[in-house]
Parts: sequence; structure tokens; C-alpha cells
Amino acid sequence: MSYVANTKEEKSEMLKAVGINDGNIDRLFDDIPKSLRAKSFALPKGKSEYEVTRDIKKLSSRNNTGLISFLGAGYYDHFIPEAVNALAARSEFYTAYTPYQPEASQGTLQAIYEYQSSICRLTGMGAANASLYDGSTALYEACMMAIRITGKNKILSDMSVNPIHRKILYSYTGNLSIEFKEIPLVHGQSDRKTIDEYLDDNTAAIILQNPNFFGAIDDFTDIIKKCHDKGALAIVSVYPISLGLLKTPAEMGADIVVGEGQSLGMPLSFGGPYLGIMATTKEYVRKMPGRIVGATTDTDGKRGFVLTLQTREQHIRREKATSNICSNEALCALRAVIYLSIMGKEGLKEVAGLCFKKAEYAKNIIGKIKGVEVKRSSPTFNEFTLNLPKDPEEIIQKMLAKGFIAGFPAGRHYPDLKNYMIVAVTEKHSKEEIDKYAKELESALWS
Amino acid sequence: MELIFEISKNGKKAYTLPECDISSDKQIEQKYLRKQDARLVEVSELDVIRHFTALSKMNFSVDSNFYPLGSCTMKYNPKFTEYLASLDGFCMLHPLLPQIKGGEKLSQGALTIIYELEKLLCEITGMDEFTSQPMAGAHGELTGIMIIAHYHKLKGEQRKIVLIPDLGHGTNPASAAIAGYQVRAIPSGKDGLMDMGCLKKELTKDVAAIMLTCPDTLGIFNPKIKEIADLAHKAGALMYYDGANLNAILGKARPGDLGFDVVHLNLHKTFATPHGGGGPGAGPVGVKKELAKYLPIPRIKQDKGELSLDFSMKFSIGNIAPFYGNFLVLVKAYAYIILLGGEGLVEASENAVLNANYIMHKLKDYYDLPFKRACMHECVFSASKQSEKGVHAIDIAKALIDKGIHPPTVYFPLIVKEAMMIEPTETESKQTLDNFISIMIEIAKLADKDPQKFKEFPKTTPVKRLDEVKAAKDLNLSA
Repeated sequence: MSYVANTKEEKSEMLKAVGINDGNIDRLFDDIPKSLRAKSFALPKGKSEYEVTRDIKKLSSRNNTGLISFLGAGYYDHFIPEAVNALAARSEFYTAYTPYQPEASQGTLQAIYEYQSSICRLTGMGAANASLYDGSTALYEACMMAIRITGKNKILSDMSVNPIHRKILYSYTGNLSIEFKEIPLVHGQSDRKTIDEYLDDNTAAIILQNPNFFGAIDDFTDIIKKCHDKGALAIVSVYPISLGLLKTPAEMGADIVVGEGQSLGMPLSFGGPYLGIMATTKEYVRKMPGRIVGATTDTDGKRGFVLTLQTREQHIRREKATSNICSNEALCALRAVIYLSIMGKEGLKEVAGLCFKKAEYAKNIIGKIKGVEVKRSSPTFNEFTLNLPKDPEEIIQKMLAKGFIAGFPAGRHYPDLKNYMIVAVTEKHSKEEIDKYAKELESALWS
Repeated sequence: MELIFEISKNGKKAYTLPECDISSDKQIEQKYLRKQDARLVEVSELDVIRHFTALSKMNFSVDSNFYPLGSCTMKYNPKFTEYLASLDGFCMLHPLLPQIKGGEKLSQGALTIIYELEKLLCEITGMDEFTSQPMAGAHGELTGIMIIAHYHKLKGEQRKIVLIPDLGHGTNPASAAIAGYQVRAIPSGKDGLMDMGCLKKELTKDVAAIMLTCPDTLGIFNPKIKEIADLAHKAGALMYYDGANLNAILGKARPGDLGFDVVHLNLHKTFATPHGGGGPGAGPVGVKKELAKYLPIPRIKQDKGELSLDFSMKFSIGNIAPFYGNFLVLVKAYAYIILLGGEGLVEASENAVLNANYIMHKLKDYYDLPFKRACMHECVFSASKQSEKGVHAIDIAKALIDKGIHPPTVYFPLIVKEAMMIEPTETESKQTLDNFISIMIEIAKLADKDPQKFKEFPKTTPVKRLDEVKAAKDLNLSA
């Protein structure tokens, strides 16, 4: 089976039409010299749809998704309304490609325009692109964009920004002459003192995250003002759900906003596909990488949508392009705009509120456990940090056996924080689950 | 059509959420809160469903139209793979689970799929190891070039140049430049193949790699490919294979046997995962044994039947993706490969090539064929004859839209004037091809007879020709 549509007779008729009369289809490959033919192609024999489905279903059941999870670390288990799945499953969306021919792609184009609009409304920024691969690649693209805009090459990198995202940023830029200065971690909010010290006329940008990797909420207005005074830009990474409540990066004065958009209707999916959010001010829109959809009119004056500012892109600019990325995560952007439309103004505020309140409840009840310190040096949103009297790695393993994923061991990325565990709560957690979690945590620690 | 914001009405609601089952009067301090609510829409669930359903109907797609968009491989996407990628056992799995102590055992199914897929891709391409991490073709290119840069660096060499044929995909030079290389274009000769004299001249000790597609973007398999690889290796450079066109040669030739050191594949092309309107795709990267130690962190390793993640690779280029790639796309590609098996994959390539040659033969009397030789999975025509009458490739594209056919890729490759790059894929029937051929002939005749007519096309679509200059000048990017 190969989904080939033609019968044997049709194939031989077609072969004749192209001048092959002996029916030997391999003759189409005469340009490949015999000496260059495949040395091996030892693949398994094909199977029926039933067998493949059965086998892969069996594999899926070897993953334990029945655990009650308090693991976040930048990737969160939020409720996804079924309408998101239903609409994104329309094959008119998912079997189309990049809308190069606008008249035949108005569906995708308008959906992306509405996605861009929703991201602008959420972040307060003036313009958003059609999305990038994920939050980490968006952060990298934002740094490159800041370097292009300022002509400077130093980036201040706050260590409370997602450490995986920072690692990716560093490996991408390893071959380029970019100087990264890390702003060391202090408990709670970003360290103003060191930022002041490191910020100089050669600084292209600072990267900040709100809430940060440990869950702390900040208001970067003061930092951003100082950056602007020095001619540096501010890149702020956001958790989109939190923007149902929190001060927007635009209100803080951010120049470039990035974020992992997974929480806007993408399941966790073992790491992807996710969604890279990127937005900027109107001033810098022409320097922004990635696909962008714009509104225009047709020959009758009717509104329509096209890919625009394509002269920045690789298929035209080749090695002079602003980025090598030639696609977006269109189907994920579609999921995000559907999610944001379903939740709407009130729904998003309510989800954010539930996350916050439940996390506060969890902090309160976990804080009563002997020996456990809940870090309270700053307000938090839905994630918070515990200082445990024992190695979190061991505690997490113990709690797996009890049906819980207890959190993320901070020591994985921060050797100085070996006893810290980061715990995430969403609107999906019930009071009962949180109570039970606290009880199991206590017993994992002390019995 | 109205924007969703234009149908919004205060007080409408499309969501339900669990009741807040805890009492807390804790508030976030005012200074951390947004001043105004986000201006998101207020609509009913049916409003949302109607709106996006209506939008979906304004798209051409593989499921509703013939979509011979060259280089993009718009083959049919089987439905059972969509079902498999929606299973809770995959969707609900947190990517950090195997990274916490004891969590590997609870994610063996997902790790198995990635591990097995990487092994299959090795055999398909003749490479020794694969990473599933890159999230798209261009991401794979960047990863592959970073591996090459790392290889030279650790050898103590500072090579600065990447050679790319002038007909290469635009992403190739962009990826090489972003990784810090200077790019030199190698021209193609009159036969459509790389100019060997020019290559030899450019192939200095400063060249880190040659980056190319094979078959190339003209749909031609270069019989001298091994010679190019040998020259590159003699000069100390590596060979990079852009796998966008691998779907032409499955089981016939393998990049690993042809002398390539690094390859990326586009699972959304060759292995039938949907294009999603422009993503998500997947662009795994394969390398030869000598380069395996540079692959990105982490690797999946097997020990006594148990799979686990290995973060201890000291020569690795580092992290290039947060986790293991676009996992759900990997699931679909894996299912597709297992269903087809070796024979099915060969059959797919053979019929993709047959379909392309059939179109080429049937249309060569009506459109100019710049390179007259057997093609692989796609054929490239030029609308030069028609453009003399004022009918350009873009006009032919718009005429096709009115006939319910998605146009071929136009104006690429850049070395062909008025290029029209047609890739039918193996899943299209002779009936569909014959219909396309007769429409293309009809269009050629109309171009000859009544070229003015083309300015009206398309007229059956929700909008007519759009003003792209205005879009770029008077930017309107959000409502």
C-alpha cells in the first residue's frame, strides 16, 4: 500500500506516453548511475492500517498520562475546549500549505491576521508575526533582531529566563561574535543592581521573563527605562495565559515580546508542536523576522489578506534574509486564535484568576508541611518554588509511585539550588487534588 | 468576510470553566496587573464554529483540490495518522517526564517511537545516526550547518565559506549565513547541472561545505553527484544534503551512499504529514558516524531494552530545541513509514516520478521546457512563450485557480525565467493529471488567442487579485 491512485494498466499507458514501452518503471531512474544505486534498503514489510493502529496504540499506552501533574517549567496543562480540536481538524486548514496564492488561501490568511490581532490585544504590542516554531526559537530570533536594530552585540541575559531557552540561544549564536552577560539569580525578582552594573552603551538588549522560571511576577518598567536610556532594547518573554491578569509587556515599555504559546490550546504532546509568539512595536515591525499577514484590498476594493513584507524573507533575500525560517506554525497559530476566541475577554481573565487562586491555596497548604519553605520573596502567578529539607529528585521519584508528578527539580539547571523544587498549578487542579498532593509530599518527606 | 472581532458583542460567552473550589481573598498587587482587560472577542461557541468553518471553506487544500505546488510535495495525508497523533497517551504527556528521576519508565512508548523512527530514517537515507529534534526543514538546515561548523572548529580549522548552487532553495543560503558563513553561489550550466569548472575553482581550503538538493530544484538527478562529493572531501569540505526532494529517490539512491555527510529531511513532504497551512513540520537531521558525537542534546539510548535520555555528550553542538522535536508530527511519519514498508516507499517514489514525467511529456509542446531531459518528481516549465504575449507565470497561476487547481510554484528556481514548477506527487490519479493537462493546454491556447482575458483571473474566488504593494506600504497587520 502506498496511496498510489493508478491501476497497473494506467501506469503502463503512462509509461508508454513517456517513451518507456517495456513497462519497466525503473527506467525513469536511468539518470542515477548503477554505481550510485542504494546499497541497502532493508526496511520492514508494509502493514495494514489496522495493524499499525493497533501497534502504535499499544505504544501510546506505555506512556503514563494518568498521573496528577504539578510539573510546568514553561509548559502547562491547561484545559482545551473541544471546539479547538474540532475546528483545527478541518482538513481545509491542515492539508493546505503556506498561503503563497492569496486568492486561494483567504481562510488561512484571515485566521493568521486574527491571530496576529489577538496577540497584539493580549500583549498590548503594535504588531505580531504569524508565529515561529516555539518559545525558545522566538527568543533567539528576538536577540538577532535586537542586534540588527541597534548594531550592537552585547546581550544581558537574566538567569531567571527559562534555562532551556537560554541554552538554545547560546548554542545558535556560538559561531557569532555576540557577548552574553548573565544577570545572576537572586531570590524573587530580577536583580536591578547587577543590571545597572552591566548595562552599557554597547548593550543591544536585555532578555527578561514574566513570570520568571521560578514563578515570580515582576514589573520591568524601571529596568526597561534604563535600557532605553542606554540605547538598548528590552525583550520580554511572556506566559500568555498570565496576561489575562498581569501587566502587559507593552505597559512596561518592552520593544520585543516573545513567548511559548503552547498554553493557548496546544496539548503538551511530549514537546511539540508548540507555538513561538513574537510581537514588537510599530516602529520595529519591518525588522521583525518570520511570516507576516497584512490586510489590503482586491481590484474591486474588497478587503482581503496577503503575506506581506516578504522582501525580508529568505526566498527573496537568500543569504541577506532577516532569518532562515520559511514557515510558521500556522496550524498552532490557528489553534491559539480559536482558543482565544472561545475563552474571550472574560474567559482568559477567569482562567488566569483560577490559576493564581489555586496556586495561592497550594502555597498556603504546602507551607504548613514541616521543613518546607515556600519562597515568598515576590508575588507569583501559577507557579512557585519550594525549598525542601531533602533532595527533590528523590522526593519526585517517591511521589511518582503515588501517582503524582511533584514538580521540577531546580538543581537540574541551577546547581546552587539543589534543594529547590518548582511547582505549577492550573485551573484543572481541584482542591481535593491539591490537598492530596500536600499530604503525599509530607509523607514522602517524613515517613 | 467579517473579522471575528466584528461579530463580537459584550456579554456573549463561549467557555465553561471549573468553579473555584477554594476560598481565597489573596490578590495580586495592583501595580503588577494590566490596566485594561485584553480586548479579546465575546462570542458564542456557535459563532466561533461558524466563523472558522466559513474561513476553512476559503482555502484550497489537498483534500479538496489538486495541489501540484513544486518542491512542497503536497501528497495525500492519510487520516489514520491524525487519529494516532490525537491519542491521550501522546497528547497528554509532559516532555519533562522522562527527564525526572523514575520518569523514563513512564514514557517508554513515546521514546520508542522516536528511537525507532530515527533508525528507519538511517536505513532510508544511508546515514548512521539521526536526531528528531529540528522542528522544520529550515531548522534542520541550521542544525546541520552548526554540526559542520563544530566539526571544523574542533579540528582547529576556521573555514568561512559554504558553496550553494544558484538553483538551491532560498533557505540554504539563509541558514548558512545565519550560522556565520559567507555564501558563494555556484552557477548551473546549460544542461541544468552544476558548472564543474566553476566548482573546482571555488572549492578552496576555505570551504566548509557544499549544500545542495538531489534531485535538484529543476527535478534533475545530477549523475555527477559522487564526483562533486569526492572533490569536496578532497578539499576537506563536507557535503550537506537538503532532503526536500528525497521523495523522488526512495530505495533508488541514498544520500549516504552518494557521499553526503549531513542530511535533513522534511517529514511533511516525503513522509506525508500534513503541511498545516505552513507548519508544523519536522526536519530531522542525519549524519555519518564521524559526526554523531556533535548531534544535539539529548540523545535517546537503549540499554537492556529500556530507553533513556543521554545528556552527557561533551562534543555536542548543544541544545537546538527544547525537547525532542515536533513529536506528534514524528508519530504521523512513523505510522506512515510502517504502513508503507520498504516496497510501499519505493512505489511512492516511482509513481511520483512517473506522474511528473507524464505531465512533462504531455505539456512540452505547449510550454517551453528549459532543460530537456528526464525529470524526477517534478518538472519545471517556463512561461516564456506566453509572456511574449503578456501572459506571465503568475497570470497562468490565477487562471488555474479559477479552474479549481492550486497553481504550481512560480518564479522558482530563480535561474528559470517565468518558472512554473509542477510536482504532482504519487497520490494523484491519471484522471486528475489528464484534467490538469487539458486545462493547461486550454490556458496556453487562450494565452495565444486572448491574452487580455488573463487580467480578470481569478474571478471565482472570495477575493480577486489583491494589491500586494498597498499591503506592504500601508501596513495593516492587526485589527
